[in-house]
Amino acid sequence: MSDPVRALSGVSDKGFATVAMAGPRGMITLRGDLASAAVKKAVKAATGTAVPARRRILAEGARAAAWMSPDELLILVPFETAAATVAALQAALAGAHHLVADVSDARATFTIRGAGAEQVLMKLCPVDVATLAEGEIRRSRAAQAACAFWRSAEDEFTLVAFRSLADYVMAILDNAARPGSALFPA
Amino acid sequence: MLTLECPCCGVIADETELQPGGEAHLKRFGPGSSDDDFDGYMFARRNPRGVHFERWRHAHGCGKWFLAARCTATLEVFGTYPAQTSAPPAELQAKIKARRPDWEGWT
Repeated sequence: MSDPVRALSGVSDKGFATVAMAGPRGMITLRGDLASAAVKKAVKAATGTAVPARRRILAEGARAAAWMSPDELLILVPFETAAATVAALQAALAGAHHLVADVSDARATFTIRGAGAEQVLMKLCPVDVATLAEGEIRRSRAAQAACAFWRSAEDEFTLVAFRSLADYVMAILDNAARPGSALFPA
Repeated sequence: MLTLECPCCGVIADETELQPGGEAHLKRFGPGSSDDDFDGYMFARRNPRGVHFERWRHAHGCGKWFLAARCTATLEVFGTYPAQTSAPPAELQAKIKARRPDWEGWT
């Protein structure tokens, strides 16, 4: 397999928060009846986690399962294992009505780090970021681009957007994090 | 600016996260119906000043359609409910009636 190429070359800029393009990550869309035993078993095998509750993301090491809508999950795995995970999911769900698609190459992942990380998202998304709980994933928009984000660590958010918009998303994140433009200056 | 609670994912969504879908609870007249019925279905809208039932889609969120009841004059939101229904829930109707005693009902 050829080396995966990121949409942008790992740009990182120092403002009041650090915005960086994260490395390639395996992402799989799974649609089906999330309450069914077949889906629960398949997700357990793929990520090691249970099927997440509404608006939750459950992580197990580098793998995670995120709730996207009442009938859709996003499965996160290391990039190299995406194809194998898709095959395993399809085999596990054979016979049940479902859809499994490898969307790794359609997405771009960003990390926003630092004490002001929250404020970057506050500027861009119509979301009460301060009340976003640990382990909660929020689908929304960042300026004009659809996105999803969650708290991936202390003072760190991970944001997923469409790869075709990676340049735009990087530009607005970078702009929102510019030095001197914090909403709550320290 | 409207904020509506999406009944599918529970998010209190800002209007800019949503896509409007026009009037709710329309009865469809498709192929084989009379011209008058189709004309009414296609073009006639209530467009009331007051209580209005609408379709919305949580476009920048879970992507699901839901229905909302609000007042077009004051923008007061009475409530939202799942789209898998052909009439507003009884408790929502009671709530609207309490807030707007002269409301004539949704039909």
